[in-house]
Amino acid sequence: MTTSEMATTSSETFEPKIIAFCCNWCSYAGADLAGVSRLQMPTNFLVIRAMCSARVDPEHVLRAFSKGADGVLVLGCHPADCHYIGGNYRTRRRIALLKMLLEQYGLDPDRLHLEWVSASEGTRFQATIKDFTEKMKELGPSPLRGADKDPNRESAGY
Amino acid sequence: MADKMGAVLVVGGGISGVQTALDLAESGFKVYLVENKPSIGGVMSQLDKTFPTNDCSMCILSPKLVEASRHPMITLMTLTDVLSVDGEAPNFKVKVVHNPRYVDFDKCVGCGICAEKCPVKVPNEYDVGLMIRKAIYIPFAQAVPLKYSIDATKCLKLNKDRCGLCEKNCPAGAIKYDDKPVEEELDVGAIILAPGFNVFDAKLKKEYGYGIYQNVLTSLEFERFLSATGPYGGHVVRPSDQQTPKKVAWIQCVGSRDEKTGNTYCSSVCCMYAMKQAIIAGEHTAGLKPTIFFMDVRAFGKEFEDYKVRAQNEYGIEMHRAARVANIIEDPETKNLILRYSDPSTNEVSEEEFDMVVLSVGLQPPVGATSLSKIFNIDLNSYGFAGTSTYSPLSSSRDGIFVTGAFAAPKDIPTSVAEASGAAAKAGAYIADKRGVLEESTVQEIDVEGQEPRIGVLVCDCGINIAGTIDVPAVVEYSKSLKNVEYAEEGKYACSADCQERIKDLIKEHNLNRFVVASCTPRTHEPLFQSTIKEAGLNPYLFEMANIRDQCSWIHMNEPERATKKAKDLVRMAVAKSRLLEPLYESKLPVTHSAVVIGGGISGMTAALDIASQGFKVDIIERTGALGGNAANIHHEEDGKKISTFAKELADKVNADKNITVHLNTEVQDVGGFVGNFKIQTSQGEIETGSVVVAVGAEEYKPTEYLYGQNSNVVTQLELEAKMESGNVPAKRIAMIQCVGSRNTDAPYCSRVCCANAIKNAISLKKADPSKDIYVFHKDIRTYGFREDLYKEAGSLGVKFIRVPEDKPPVVSQDGSALTLTAFDTILGDDVTLHPDMIVLSTGIRPHADNEELAKMLKVPLSKDKYFLEAHMKLRPVDFATNGVYLAGLAHWPKFSDESMAQASGAAARAITIISKPELKSEGVIAAVNDDMCDGCAICEPVCEYKAITIVVDPKDAEKKKAVVNEGLCKGCGCCVAACPSGAMEQRGFKNQQIIAAIDAALEECD
Repeated sequence: MTTSEMATTSSETFEPKIIAFCCNWCSYAGADLAGVSRLQMPTNFLVIRAMCSARVDPEHVLRAFSKGADGVLVLGCHPADCHYIGGNYRTRRRIALLKMLLEQYGLDPDRLHLEWVSASEGTRFQATIKDFTEKMKELGPSPLRGADKDPNRESAGY
Repeated sequence: MADKMGAVLVVGGGISGVQTALDLAESGFKVYLVENKPSIGGVMSQLDKTFPTNDCSMCILSPKLVEASRHPMITLMTLTDVLSVDGEAPNFKVKVVHNPRYVDFDKCVGCGICAEKCPVKVPNEYDVGLMIRKAIYIPFAQAVPLKYSIDATKCLKLNKDRCGLCEKNCPAGAIKYDDKPVEEELDVGAIILAPGFNVFDAKLKKEYGYGIYQNVLTSLEFERFLSATGPYGGHVVRPSDQQTPKKVAWIQCVGSRDEKTGNTYCSSVCCMYAMKQAIIAGEHTAGLKPTIFFMDVRAFGKEFEDYKVRAQNEYGIEMHRAARVANIIEDPETKNLILRYSDPSTNEVSEEEFDMVVLSVGLQPPVGATSLSKIFNIDLNSYGFAGTSTYSPLSSSRDGIFVTGAFAAPKDIPTSVAEASGAAAKAGAYIADKRGVLEESTVQEIDVEGQEPRIGVLVCDCGINIAGTIDVPAVVEYSKSLKNVEYAEEGKYACSADCQERIKDLIKEHNLNRFVVASCTPRTHEPLFQSTIKEAGLNPYLFEMANIRDQCSWIHMNEPERATKKAKDLVRMAVAKSRLLEPLYESKLPVTHSAVVIGGGISGMTAALDIASQGFKVDIIERTGALGGNAANIHHEEDGKKISTFAKELADKVNADKNITVHLNTEVQDVGGFVGNFKIQTSQGEIETGSVVVAVGAEEYKPTEYLYGQNSNVVTQLELEAKMESGNVPAKRIAMIQCVGSRNTDAPYCSRVCCANAIKNAISLKKADPSKDIYVFHKDIRTYGFREDLYKEAGSLGVKFIRVPEDKPPVVSQDGSALTLTAFDTILGDDVTLHPDMIVLSTGIRPHADNEELAKMLKVPLSKDKYFLEAHMKLRPVDFATNGVYLAGLAHWPKFSDESMAQASGAAARAITIISKPELKSEGVIAAVNDDMCDGCAICEPVCEYKAITIVVDPKDAEKKKAVVNEGLCKGCGCCVAACPSGAMEQRGFKNQQIIAAIDAALEECD
């Protein structure tokens, strides 16, 4: 493990906050494998485990942005490898629609990213986290940061 | 019920013994697990990490130990020896003696005050004498059972009638100085021996100065150096001056492949563990430069070759191929060590100085193997290990007595675990008519309905895996500040037996109704903690984990502050979710009590016969027109019988077995259903089954190189065997080329079997006609285990071995039909040219190209080399992550027939743990409909991949419709929940509110 692998952020002051939804069977296992393999990566993300990427409700993504996330990753099994047969195909359609919605709300659709990471792809998990963190640093803070001050702005139903 | 239940005696409480006990217990048999030490765990408990995943050894072992000690069908007998075995299978009478513990087992609470007060200091066996224990002690902190015992040879009271401090100070009044041995007679149907191994005594290799030079260690000692619980807290230091070493050398084959020590065999595991130790030492110590001195790198197991490549390229480990290191001389001033060795590439004697040397000691038969063989009346082989044969790799020489693990031959952990399961299948066959039913535990569940959350948090150090990076006390303090957290503390290993007791105590003491453990991944450890809180009366779903190791400390090793902050974030998220957790209940599902085996090679047939022998129906699905698989074409002899002959006999047995139905020329087309209730659609119709064994095998690589197919004198080893079978090998000069289609860019892995098979054929040819010239061109010779003797025999018969560089394979050309082979001989340091009459290609093993289709149908993964990928490479070698589907043989990885058969028996045992149960439980995490909110729009119905949702007329209102979830079919993906527009569909355990609580907590600002 070389220290040069680590994200050098000294010149940057902005540290993006990223939520990474991982499916239990592929990408969460891939994230664990990255750990087992001691692959180093930036600390900016927090993983939320879901059984399937298709469990990730559009509402969850919007909630994350409304609470100040700078980026949201949804990670699932590769096409045709979904533990639940075809959940990831639904995820793919939902994320595509959501990106259009985000754009309409004035958010850069690149702030939401879908990636396939299998249980044997610790390195791909690492690369995804590194790349997305860099990308979010380039985009800068989300315009919705701090927009959540109004306590009445709860999302419907909660 | 209990007195009629069939029972098995398991001797040895290492990982093999524990696994075999668990599989038998889960199949409905009573197990007496006998261990002569005060606690179970074996050598695996002493290891720091395990190859090739670098998993923390204790972390993956501990849950198994806890499970074994808790299982109602397993009677754990520690400090117990077997005295005699009378009768025969299935009516053995075994006399055992429970040696005195001098501590009342039932009264001892494991508080450790006795050991604190005890004045007698003794070198600790667990730390190979590197640390001190007391005369009253537990072998290690996570010992199972967590009960102290008195070392009678050291105790002052027992020897000199002085002291008595432990008795005076024991708060439980558990000390029993007058404890006596107690004999007991056990009735068992079968016996499994798993006494493990001992390491070679390095003092016998005087030239290395072990025991004289302080900085020369054995590899087992070095494991303790690397361990967080070891003498230096996981820091690599020199014993002589406690300084951090810069240059560390590993010397391989100490007490292996060595006639001088009498151990001619290869110990199979040392190459891999040395590379692992070198990698981990490098991780622990900045600037450390590891060098490994070896003869051949025997990286033959699953993904081992990749590990070797990473060790060299990524971790900069210098692999020094040398003849044996001749001797070591210590510099008396610096205590540095000077290694003298002859470098085979120059043939000159070289010297190099190191700060520290680790001797990779080999594996030997366990101490007491001879007395075991007498007590159980079984044969040992010429090396002193248990005698087994190729065609019954798990059977001892006595009917009804089986062996598993390193007792039969040196082997690694996954092989031992697969065999352990296999031995369970074999033993179970003797008592299949006496299967019992496990009774539910009767802990009264605490009703938490309407209670304000009272959350307990345990933050795990995981030795130094977490605490080495994350400030654990700070995370504990932070946890205490969170809303609804009643109590938080730190634990050394959250998964250890003592921590399970601690969690239960905390729940009772603080009246907790939710529990959060911040440690490793829920994928491996959630079930353990769930059963712990269940024992304390909490519903197991009132539990949540924060993954602060795999997904925090391990991936942010160089950023301790940020990692600590992130760990706090993760705990805050887990606590937020846990506030909203609700009790969940599993429903019971019926089980189809039969199995399907896909593939009719020797693995598939073995698995089928083992399952059938316990009285279950089995369907073998074979796509070709005959049983036998690859074995039908392997004509060389093992143990006096041709493999092809054995395959034929096995097929006859299968055909004669009334429990087995063979479907030839049949393809699997689709797999539906779930554990206990699969529906296999084949080209010949549908089969319902409770469990599936994947034994589809693999195929021989079809070469395109070395003029194969262009010159009739270029053949594969299998083709050579066919020629030898018909006595038609006129060639005088024969060149064999190893690693054809292995260890190259197409297939970077080692095919494991080719070295031994080539050598076996070379020996046969040479014996039939000593005038034949036979050359073997190789990169390494990987004749591991007892197969090393073949290598030696071939050498003494005059077979010539020529090592070529890894990146420079031989070149073959032809002039007419005359062959010319040119290769770079690394010993000569020059090209050699040969004109062989025949070239034999040792072709590798390749996975079937259509593995992917079957994997998709079964919803199981493939490895990067396209072999089927098991649930865990170390401790679940025949399981898939998908319940009810198991794996054996070449479909898993290249291996020999005996290894395939042992693994197939293992897969059979695992399948039996499912199909022997009267019923299974559904998942707790499934979809549920809120009837009040559902308006029957039916959007969810087509979304469900499992057809678990139906739209029915609302029984309360005939005008309305609503969705209903079939709990047996629902797999709990939550896909329908995200699709539901009205918020009526929910996923238990992953409710919207719960996920949103975690999102909100993640984005909350904290310090």
